[in-house]
Amino acid sequence: MADIKDTILTVRGLKVDFSTPDGTVEAVKGIDLDVHARETLAVVGESGSGKSQTMMGIMGLLAKNGTVAGSARYRGQELIGLPPKALNEVRGSKITMIFQEPMTSLDPLYTIGRQIAEPIVHHRGGTFKQARKRVLELLELVGLPEPARRIDSYPHELSGGQRQRVMIAMALANEPDILIADEPTTALDVTIQAQILDLLKSLQQRFGMAIVLITHDLGIVKHFADRVAVMRRGEVVEQGRTTEIFERPKAHYTKMLLAAEPSGRKAPPPGHAPIILEGRDVAVDYVIGGGLFGVSSSAFRAVDGVNLRLRQGQTIGIVGESGSGKSTLGRALLRLLPSSGYYRFGTTNISGFDRSAMRPLRRELQLVFQDPYGSLSPRLTVGEIITEGLYVHEPKLSRAERDRRAITALKEVGLDPASRNRYPHEFSGGQRQRIAIARAIILKPKVVILDEPTSALDRSVQGQVIELLRDLQSKHGLSYIFISHDLSVVKAMSDYVIVMKNGRIVEEGETDAIFEAPREPYTKTLIGAAFNV
Amino acid sequence: MIPFVLRRLASAVPTLFIVVTISFFLMRFAPGGPFNLERPLPPSTMENLMRTYQLDQPLWRQYIHYLSNAVTGDFGPSYIYKDNNVAQLIGKGLPYSMELGFYALLLAVVGGVIAGTIAALRQNSFLDFAVMSVSTVGVTVPNFVVGPVLTLVFAIMLAWLPAGGWGDGSFRFLILPMIALALPQLAVFARLTRGSMIEALNTDHIRTAKAYGLPSRAVVVTHAMRGAMLPVVSYLAPCAAALLTGSAVVETIFTIPGVGRYFVLGAINRDYTLVMGTVILIAIFVIVFNLLVDILYGLLDPRVRHD
Repeated sequence: MADIKDTILTVRGLKVDFSTPDGTVEAVKGIDLDVHARETLAVVGESGSGKSQTMMGIMGLLAKNGTVAGSARYRGQELIGLPPKALNEVRGSKITMIFQEPMTSLDPLYTIGRQIAEPIVHHRGGTFKQARKRVLELLELVGLPEPARRIDSYPHELSGGQRQRVMIAMALANEPDILIADEPTTALDVTIQAQILDLLKSLQQRFGMAIVLITHDLGIVKHFADRVAVMRRGEVVEQGRTTEIFERPKAHYTKMLLAAEPSGRKAPPPGHAPIILEGRDVAVDYVIGGGLFGVSSSAFRAVDGVNLRLRQGQTIGIVGESGSGKSTLGRALLRLLPSSGYYRFGTTNISGFDRSAMRPLRRELQLVFQDPYGSLSPRLTVGEIITEGLYVHEPKLSRAERDRRAITALKEVGLDPASRNRYPHEFSGGQRQRIAIARAIILKPKVVILDEPTSALDRSVQGQVIELLRDLQSKHGLSYIFISHDLSVVKAMSDYVIVMKNGRIVEEGETDAIFEAPREPYTKTLIGAAFNV
Repeated sequence: MIPFVLRRLASAVPTLFIVVTISFFLMRFAPGGPFNLERPLPPSTMENLMRTYQLDQPLWRQYIHYLSNAVTGDFGPSYIYKDNNVAQLIGKGLPYSMELGFYALLLAVVGGVIAGTIAALRQNSFLDFAVMSVSTVGVTVPNFVVGPVLTLVFAIMLAWLPAGGWGDGSFRFLILPMIALALPQLAVFARLTRGSMIEALNTDHIRTAKAYGLPSRAVVVTHAMRGAMLPVVSYLAPCAAALLTGSAVVETIFTIPGVGRYFVLGAINRDYTLVMGTVILIAIFVIVFNLLVDILYGLLDPRVRHD
């Protein structure tokens, strides 16, 4: 396999630097990589490990403040320092790329047909009209439904998965030697992820190209890659065949990464545990359109007749793909948006409660969001952020007492209490999520709704946050509703699982039963896609 | 598309009605009147004038009267320019204002977009700095300074161009007023273009275009430019309406017989009907250009297409 003649891309001593106002940042610190013909090489690492910037450097796509040095030879031709004209002969023809963001990687102002034709016309000559036949073939090849009609669609008229198929069609247009796939499925739903990866694999067999897969998802690597290079902080810490890396990891970091897959289970609460939060026939409608001279408005039912009972100390996992209504359900249960149905908190019927009636209950019903970057005010210190709720719910608390509570809460989530005078931007994603959790638990809530709390985090950090959430639960007897599209996390966190699709419950049951013996075909697809990519 | 246009034109009627109503009453509540001159008129003459122009009637009756005449295209007599009614005054002056405004708009858009694009492509270079400095000057220096300076240099010192007037209507007479009128707008277009172009050049789909080996001309012109034009096009509507309906300052400095000065003169003289006529004219231009720009926007951006 590692025959020297087979090596089509040789990277030696590659360095990428970014000059920032705070000085030079070394994103890639002189790495070596080889890509062999027809193989799949996975470059694995957490965000900030330099895996994407390595490829951007080779392809001449760095941001303006970035510089690349070292060597990257494609079939003997040095790419680093190549003048733009010569580099453009290779880019989009011999080496092509697909990106993480299928939503923004295509120009919104041109039809997909024209965008796929562009590299064909540019590299092979001819007119857009002549290229159209080839574009149709390509769309057929990547399995876009109704290609003859869709060829004149604009990107916003397609779903995320369909756009990624369009990107793949574009990448294949000139039958490349190497396809660089930069987190190609990260932004997609799990069932779509599996389809896209299957497509890439079958196209690879058909066209015999090499694939460089950049990803943070070890599940994908295991099933998809021939070889793996593990990157950390701009360096390659380990490189080898996939089976070897997974069975006998040598580097300490690789071992940690492999161990970081969330593990463990949660035991269900005792049968006599009281019901703490209940929703019956929960329904939420969103109104679309309307206005003075606009078209008549229409309603979209986001949640449709859902029943849910949360017991004290229980964790209910709600899984489903984007648009399934799982986040909306969480907000409806907290009475944060207009909804119909019957709601009960403890022994209180809260169905008819308005904002002011809910206010005294808010401290006991807390919410933690997905995005630890967007949900913390950048202009408040961490101490101010986590004690804000105390001003509302315990206004008589003295300043010293508030400070003491902040210290306790920060200690509980594993953060240095001295950091309470710092601002959110000084913290990593995982630390920010800990701050968000501290903000919730400082009020000593009974129920916490966790809306994708680990989705924006790297795997190894995910494991630590899950650990923390489980500890806090057993210590304070909390009840969780855990909303996630990530089934491995749900499996480790919850004792009861609800599967949602199009606003309805498809299947529900004890975690083990759902994962070991799913009944509904949709649940089977979801589990199959998540665990055997 | 046609239902969209009809809907928009229908919504223009209430807009115009509101504009007319507010200006009518605001104008009347201002102290003084069209015949309050420096040397007061004898009371009998005053009374006669008021009766002739029906200004002695109750305000609501005058309002109804004005409205019912306006819908038939009769905007009443001018109280100051007694030889002409308002429609005639505007009809005479508008072609001059529109011709001058059209050239000024052309200069502002073409010059601004080119300067802004160059600045964006050479971001933080000396060229960028130069373009942005000049455009700051363009925005901050008022045209009653720019106009006389232009006249001084090009008409008096160098004697290349006429100092004012419309002359035989040849282009030579238009150059200086056109520059004075266009300069502030050119500066705005340059800044807008630079900003949106820099943003467009940093989008993911521009990275895609580069990754597929498209030459930089195709990347800039086909992909970045089209997206970057969207905010520029939005500004086109108010700008076109303002330039085409004339500028009091520029038309006065260069003695051009346009409609721009009527607004200011009418307001100073309490020439109620003339001010109303000018307000309606500007409102119609704003409405029409907003509609045109929305249609153009739809052609540029498929996401907001009006089917």
